[in-house]
Amino acid sequence: MAFAVKLVNMETRLELCTPLLEEPKYRKNYEKLKEILTPPVREIELRSDKKVVKIGGEYVLHRHELTYINPPPIAIDVDDTMSKDELIKRINFAENFKYTYIGRELTLDLIAVRSVSNDPETFKKTVNFVATNTSLPLILCTLNPKVMEAGVSALPNGKPLLYAATRDNWSEMADIALKHKLPLAIFSPNDLDTLVSLAKTLLNIGVSEIALDPGTFVGFKGLRSTIDAFTMLRWKACNDDYQLAGYPLIGTPITAWKMVDGDAQTKAWWEMITASMLILRYADLLIMHSLEGWVYLPLVMLRFNIYTDPRKPVAVDPGLRIIGNPNEMSPVMLTGNFALTYYIVSGDIEAGKIDCYLLLADTEGIAVECAVPGRKLLPDNIAEIIKSSGVEKMVKHRILIIPGKAARLAGDIEDATGWRVLVGPLDSKDISKFIEEKWKPETIKQLMES
Amino acid sequence: MAEQEKNEEIELLGSKLLELLKKYGEIVLEDVEIEVDELELIIQPGVPLAVAKPVAKAVEVVKKLVEEKFEEPKMEWVGKVVEVKIGATKSEGGTRDRTFILGGETLPAFYMFKGIMPHPPVIAMDVFDMKIKLPKCIRMHFEDVMDDPAEWAKRCVEKYGADMINLHLVSTDPYIKDTPPSEAARVVEEVLQTVKVPLCVGGSGDPVKDVKVFKKVVDVAEGERIVINSLNLDMKLEDIAEYLKNKDAVVIAFTPMDLDKARELNRKLYDYIPKERIMMDTNMAGIGYGLEYGFTVMERARLAALKGDTDLQHPIVAGVTNAWAAREAWIKMDPFWGPKEIRGPAWETITGLTALLAGADYFMMMHPYSIKTMKEIIKSLLEGSPGESRDIHDWVSAKLG
Repeated sequence: MAFAVKLVNMETRLELCTPLLEEPKYRKNYEKLKEILTPPVREIELRSDKKVVKIGGEYVLHRHELTYINPPPIAIDVDDTMSKDELIKRINFAENFKYTYIGRELTLDLIAVRSVSNDPETFKKTVNFVATNTSLPLILCTLNPKVMEAGVSALPNGKPLLYAATRDNWSEMADIALKHKLPLAIFSPNDLDTLVSLAKTLLNIGVSEIALDPGTFVGFKGLRSTIDAFTMLRWKACNDDYQLAGYPLIGTPITAWKMVDGDAQTKAWWEMITASMLILRYADLLIMHSLEGWVYLPLVMLRFNIYTDPRKPVAVDPGLRIIGNPNEMSPVMLTGNFALTYYIVSGDIEAGKIDCYLLLADTEGIAVECAVPGRKLLPDNIAEIIKSSGVEKMVKHRILIIPGKAARLAGDIEDATGWRVLVGPLDSKDISKFIEEKWKPETIKQLMES
Repeated sequence: MAEQEKNEEIELLGSKLLELLKKYGEIVLEDVEIEVDELELIIQPGVPLAVAKPVAKAVEVVKKLVEEKFEEPKMEWVGKVVEVKIGATKSEGGTRDRTFILGGETLPAFYMFKGIMPHPPVIAMDVFDMKIKLPKCIRMHFEDVMDDPAEWAKRCVEKYGADMINLHLVSTDPYIKDTPPSEAARVVEEVLQTVKVPLCVGGSGDPVKDVKVFKKVVDVAEGERIVINSLNLDMKLEDIAEYLKNKDAVVIAFTPMDLDKARELNRKLYDYIPKERIMMDTNMAGIGYGLEYGFTVMERARLAALKGDTDLQHPIVAGVTNAWAAREAWIKMDPFWGPKEIRGPAWETITGLTALLAGADYFMMMHPYSIKTMKEIIKSLLEGSPGESRDIHDWVSAKLG
């Protein structure tokens, strides 16, 4: 039963129920369940020797209806006219991009190799060079089947995405996809009839792994139809059971570099803006060109946020955390149990080399800023945590430093806990300065006696 | 004749291979030169004899594009967001040079294929009644006017194209300056005289003090149809709601990311204030700081409204300025992450776009570049032309800068 519940909540996979697979008498049930559980948006796996990236696999249009499943990977492009130095620079950017956010590492995911030369040998060499220098799976981008075939031949292992079949080349591209058993993207800018016609055609001839690119237009000329296309396709897949829309959607904010006038920074800005809207509107994969940390930082965090399971608050356990080597006169500080709050506050305390006791109130995973007006930071709960944590036995004083954003609750907290409250800084980055200025023997004495 | 023989040979080879495959599961070919590719195409276990010809034929047949028509999704929405009018011109008893109507939606946000929202979103800029700590990249635009809220408001309207002004009377906070209500109201008068756009006035967040402040504010702004930001469940609504109604104000109902509370507050307000004078702020948070909660509560509120939940059919307010709470928006980071001067507006803009796509109508914002970008996006979505294939069809092979 527990397994069944997990299964329905998409928290486990059917294949983990081994009797279903092993015993012939369950075969029919397995097939049936598999069909029921197949997501309306099919899932495709891209692979390199070292990494697997999944795209699609979504069940719902809105995240609150269940949860989104696979965060859209971001591919950084390279092209086959770039020097080796340039290629290495771009590969390294994608490989080394790493930002730690509430204890999770946010990264970039794929390399898209484009053929600008349109020459099979040149493309093959570049694909080979890129594959030997990256651990990330690849997308091979060319509309010329001969060039594509050459590119694929440079990748004996792994499973790249082939980009793309169009109205003009689909037959040859399908042959390549079938021959090498590779997923194939369909590119049909602002023409959904052709997009689904190609999808239907490819499925008919046995190309079962496809992805759809309805075209990404940036700005006044086409943003509107782009957002419409993504919305309609995903709606039809999730709500209308329209199978031809039920494949991963590819967004290409990289087109900002063609469509936007202005300097590189302006192009990068609009590429970022377009990407953010496509993360919110159902893209399952993004291909991008900028090589600026500021472009990707908000995007990977936005992506993480939107793909967080809404059924589980991002919280850490409430209670006591001991930071450094505190003694009986070290400060006792309070914050909420929103994971991000905890990581930032403890990070700042550690960076300031402060030995202290940190109490995490149960704010139900809500940030202090919202917990105060939302009545999630409750004085009674704080009193309870002071008792149950045993901090009373660890310090001689009875002073609690509360977040500056909870200043309004100072009186209530004093009443509920019997401790004196010292209102701390508004931002935890100022904790170190605050302790330096305020946590002095005379202040402590004064507070305790007043 | 020769042709036929050749075919038979192929069939023979095929049949033998199939037999062998059936028998052993695998085969070793000696002295036969066959491309591996060909083998894969021809030899399919279980395929009947004479595979070569039918396969060739089959490929020929299916190599035509199967034409399929994409039909736009059909959907039905029964609810409608109320229309709230903000500001009053001379003929309406006020002194504003423009007014706005918000709401009226009958579709989820930006389903342009079904229709365009009746009233475009409004972007208002934040102004404070005292010098407060602001990130440098915002401060630099207002440094010289931060001691003068009226001049600050003027800068927002004249230089940065603010549709409206959100004046925040933060100095009235008992823990900050505890400015008396009458003095706070004087600032409101000054701003009303200096700029002619509609005004939204916020308190300090202290539920007791705000009641006193709001009363004085609507006294001096009577007839202007200002927006009061905000009423919440911690306030004694019976002391303030009716007063605001009688002074012709519009109110923002604030609840902290909780739909049940949003419904509860709205229902309480219905006892005093007509529906078409209520907007709701379900609380927005910036990227990395709870954005997903803000986004989902907002999206759920709007979808519920369209599905007929009459307690949630109000224009939605988004406090996009909250984006600046994220440290990534304003701290100095390793040069890899770029200058904070660009990270900040990026944070605010993307937080704003998140609210926009969830269904927000009224945006409280700060950075001029974020506001400019938001306006361009809204214009592109509401008035833009369809994409043309020729603009992007060759992106795959284009040399990009």
